[in-house]
Amino acid sequence: MTLYASLVEWVMSALIIVGGFFSLVGAIGLQRLPDFLSRLHAPTKASTLGVGGVLLAAILEPMRVGAMPVLHVLLLTLFVFISAPVSAQFLASAALRSGAGSALGRKPDEFVEEPASESVPPHRG
Amino acid sequence: MLDIALTLGYCAFGLSLLIALSRLLRGPEMVDRLLSLDTLYVNALGLLVLAGIGRAAGEARSALFEVALLIALVGFVSTVAGARFLSRGDVIE
Repeated sequence: MTLYASLVEWVMSALIIVGGFFSLVGAIGLQRLPDFLSRLHAPTKASTLGVGGVLLAAILEPMRVGAMPVLHVLLLTLFVFISAPVSAQFLASAALRSGAGSALGRKPDEFVEEPASESVPPHRG
Repeated sequence: MLDIALTLGYCAFGLSLLIALSRLLRGPEMVDRLLSLDTLYVNALGLLVLAGIGRAAGEARSALFEVALLIALVGFVSTVAGARFLSRGDVIE
C-alpha cells in the first residue's frame, strides 16, 4: 500500500470515528436533556455533524485507489445540512404552538421575545 | 485500520439508533416522538453510508447511496408534514 493510499485511509478512519462519536452524543442528548426545547438541539446539530463526517469519508473513499472523489454523495451532504435546520425550525414551532412543557419551570411563551409596545401581540414562532 | 473504524462506526450508529428508539417509546409529548423519528432517519442514513463504504466498488454500493438519498428526501418531507400536522391540525389546508 502506498503512502498516499494509507494517508487517505487514516483520514477516512478519523472522519468515521468522529462522526460516530458525534451521532452518539446527539442520541445521548436526546435521551437525557430535561425538556423538549433543549432536547431539540442535541440531535439536530450533533447528529447532522456525525452524518456529515461519515458522508465526507464516503466522498473521499474513491481516492484510496487513485480515482476522483464522488460528487453525488456531496449532494446528499448538502441536502442533509440544508434540511436539518429547516425541520428543527418546524419542530420548534410545533412545540411552541402545542405548549410542550418545560422542566425548567418556564412556560414556552417566556422563550419568545416580547415586543416593546403593548398593542402588538407577541409573535409566536 | 479502516475495518476497525468501520466497526466502531457501526457500533456508534447502532447504539444511537437504540437510544433514539427508547426516546421514541418513552417521549412524553408527541413532538418528542417526532423528533426521535427525525433522529432515527438521520442515523439510518449514516448507517447506510457506512455500509456503502465497507462494500467493494460496484453496482450494489451506488444503490446503497441512492437508498440513502431517498431516505433523506422522504424523511425530511415526513418530519415537516408531521410538525405541520401537530401545529395546525392539518397538513395541507
